[in-house]
Amino acid sequence: MKLQVNGKDYDVSVPDDMPLLWVLRDVLGMTGTKYGCGMALCGACTVHLDGRAQRSCVLPVSRAAGHRITTIEGLDPQGEHPVQQAWVELDVVQCGYCQPGQIMSAAALLKEVPKPSDADIDAAMSGNICRCGTYQRIRAAVHRAAEIAGPGGRT
Amino acid sequence: MSAPGLSRRAFIARSAAAGGGLLIGLSLPSGLRRIFAQQAWSAPAPKISPNAFIRIAPDDTVTILLKHSEMGQGVSTSLPMVVAEELECDWRHVRSEHAPADIAYAHTVFHSQMTGGSTSTWESFDQLRTAGAAAREMLIAAAAARWGVPAGECRAENGFVIHGERRARFGELAADAEKLPVPAAPKLKDPKDWKIIGQATHRLDSPVKVSGQAEFGMDVRRPGLLTALVARSPWFGGKVRSFQAGNAKAVAGVVDVIEIPSGVAVLGENFWAARQGRDALEIVWDPGSMARHSTAGQLEDYRRQVRTPGAIAAAKGDAEAALATAAKTLEAEYAVPYLAHAMMEPLNCTAEIKDGACEIWAGTQFQTGDQIAAAKVAGLDPARVTVHTMFLGGGFGRRASPHADFVTEAVHLAKATGRPVKVVWTREDDLQGGHYRPLWMSRLRAGLNNHGRPIAWAHTIVGQSILTGTPFAARLKTTLDQTSIEGAADAPYLESIPDHRVDLHTTELRIPVLWWRSVGHSHTAFVVESFIDELAHASGKDPVAFRRDLLAADSRRRRVLDTAAQAFGWGRTLLEGHAAGIAVHESFGSVVAHVAEISVDNGRIRVHRVVCAVDCGPVVNPDGVEAQMQSGVVFGLSAALYGEITFRDGRVEQSNFHDYPVVRLHEMPRVEVHIVKSNEKMGGAGEPGTPPIAPAVANALFALTGKRLRSLPLRLA
Repeated sequence: MKLQVNGKDYDVSVPDDMPLLWVLRDVLGMTGTKYGCGMALCGACTVHLDGRAQRSCVLPVSRAAGHRITTIEGLDPQGEHPVQQAWVELDVVQCGYCQPGQIMSAAALLKEVPKPSDADIDAAMSGNICRCGTYQRIRAAVHRAAEIAGPGGRT
Repeated sequence: MSAPGLSRRAFIARSAAAGGGLLIGLSLPSGLRRIFAQQAWSAPAPKISPNAFIRIAPDDTVTILLKHSEMGQGVSTSLPMVVAEELECDWRHVRSEHAPADIAYAHTVFHSQMTGGSTSTWESFDQLRTAGAAAREMLIAAAAARWGVPAGECRAENGFVIHGERRARFGELAADAEKLPVPAAPKLKDPKDWKIIGQATHRLDSPVKVSGQAEFGMDVRRPGLLTALVARSPWFGGKVRSFQAGNAKAVAGVVDVIEIPSGVAVLGENFWAARQGRDALEIVWDPGSMARHSTAGQLEDYRRQVRTPGAIAAAKGDAEAALATAAKTLEAEYAVPYLAHAMMEPLNCTAEIKDGACEIWAGTQFQTGDQIAAAKVAGLDPARVTVHTMFLGGGFGRRASPHADFVTEAVHLAKATGRPVKVVWTREDDLQGGHYRPLWMSRLRAGLNNHGRPIAWAHTIVGQSILTGTPFAARLKTTLDQTSIEGAADAPYLESIPDHRVDLHTTELRIPVLWWRSVGHSHTAFVVESFIDELAHASGKDPVAFRRDLLAADSRRRRVLDTAAQAFGWGRTLLEGHAAGIAVHESFGSVVAHVAEISVDNGRIRVHRVVCAVDCGPVVNPDGVEAQMQSGVVFGLSAALYGEITFRDGRVEQSNFHDYPVVRLHEMPRVEVHIVKSNEKMGGAGEPGTPPIAPAVANALFALTGKRLRSLPLRLA
């Protein structure tokens, strides 16, 4: 099966129904995308499929084939996507385990809504659980990322 | 990291060679190491070997070895700040990494290498300052010798040693400094000269955590690695009667099926194969004694016990006699459920046994316990077990397992297969795997005099002991488990209530229990601060004024209470449909008060704003303290609003985040943190923010609705 991940082509030999998450982590060795629940309840496994947020833990790999897959490792070549910059600037992370998923959800939101309201953020980010409770800083950092990206900015 | 079996000196030499730099260190007699390994829980405090903490590379990079595990609480920033303050290095060149398992990194109070009890910063504060100061003096001495000038004429500043016009980088001096004797009593800076301690400082672990490069236990990769999922008994104490592995082995990618003490493990080339394989296993269980256990039955049993006096935890005067003479008496029963930790990263551990040595990779809060437990299973000397501490995707106590339950499974399988094995718990395994915050019940009675002042207090507690059956039990000062009664037996209000009694029934059940962020305080703060609120209302007094009257005038608690109340604007008119509640509680050496402003929307409790005041003594990283208060509030709020593990027919009824919900972003209140300037003894920050939030919300709910909810989670219907 052919997959395109972070702009690179891969040929993997895995069962069709294997969730994309485990192909990324256990077959391709990209461990930035996390396992948290396996039921699309926590958002730790969020990746982009053609630029839109997807829970990779319930997405059969066969359905990801033929689409552009972006993971946290490929969000920005330097790791300096506006969302990542804002996250560092506002010290959002604590344990950090959920943050790749949070960041991928936030980046997908900003792509669709460059200047999100609190309600937009609620709607886009409530699927991502953080047990350390970094939500307040996540909210602030999404707003800050929108500023960093600027009007028509790169998200 | 150190190879197994190497002496500390050899480890240092190897590290220095590998890193091309200096790790200033002290050797440890192997005899002492062995004693430590065998009797870690009761070992004497190790001699401080302060410079085991600092490595200075030729390029000036300063690496601080972390004796505590980074699980989100920020020790990978705060501990280096403490060292760097004294070392006088350039903060921009500081990085940190987890230390190996070694006596040099033993907790100065608990005498084993572990992270818990909100102790990390205060227990290591003097040790790390001393380490930094010693290294600074050694670098100065090295420069002085090189220049042929008295050390007293040299000073260290921002990564340089300076003498007049001459300057030398730490990186150039490190190799010489390494050879010098470690000063026994280096001079510490006057706190008024601190430049780093007390300053809001950015986290050192942000860059790797936002780029996906941070390595958690779950991310460990080894050549030939197998992933294992273990089918454990659905009933605690249950056993495998028989099993059929055929269907599991038929799953593509499944390599083996192996029975271990905790259940039946399916090993696969990857998680998915192991998961499919485990689903296909056919196991006949012997459920053991828990087959008929139900939460309803347990509550009924506890309710019977709570109405009889237990073992005395605190007593003064005659509570019963005083109750009989009171102008008004109140009585109430409170209950809190079992809770799972539900860290975002489910439990996991990787183990590999090769050439008579064992390596384990885990996000762990208890390196010493894991090392000893792994050695026992592997049949090796603990010195032959290397522990690689990975980033922890949350800990909250679950990763400090006195029985190393999640570690030993991996070692059993590594031993059986001869290959590296990573045991991964699914979310379902995590929520159904026990080691919960215990279910607690309390019965309180209080008497008020004619002026509405409490004159009698009787509090009976029922629940399981966390410490019993663990190696820590030997440390119990009395026969009572202090973690069952902390926050209740020493409730501050008791000081002003002449006749009081707090007692405890310790129950025995097969349900494994464990410390859960704030441990005993997670139930006692709810109970005591709710009941005090009941007394305030019964006496017709304002909840803040009522508490103030009972707390000593110049006490920390009163200052913190006042700070929170003032910052909130206690007493002012709130929005229509809103109400506020307050609670104050001391735990882990710190006092925290929360004021919660809530409303009820379609039967759902909404928490809009939390004003938090905290006195944790001197603060290393104020930004970290703020983050921990916010974190503690969210963690406690999830328990207050949703958290509940229940049993029916002996089996846990919850399985994943759909039926064990936690607070999500749209429910996040605005949390404002006010750090009270304080010269009190330094306390903790990781846990103290959790206990007072549940009672603050429950008290607000009473103010709003007149309904007193006495069990968690708070349910209006």
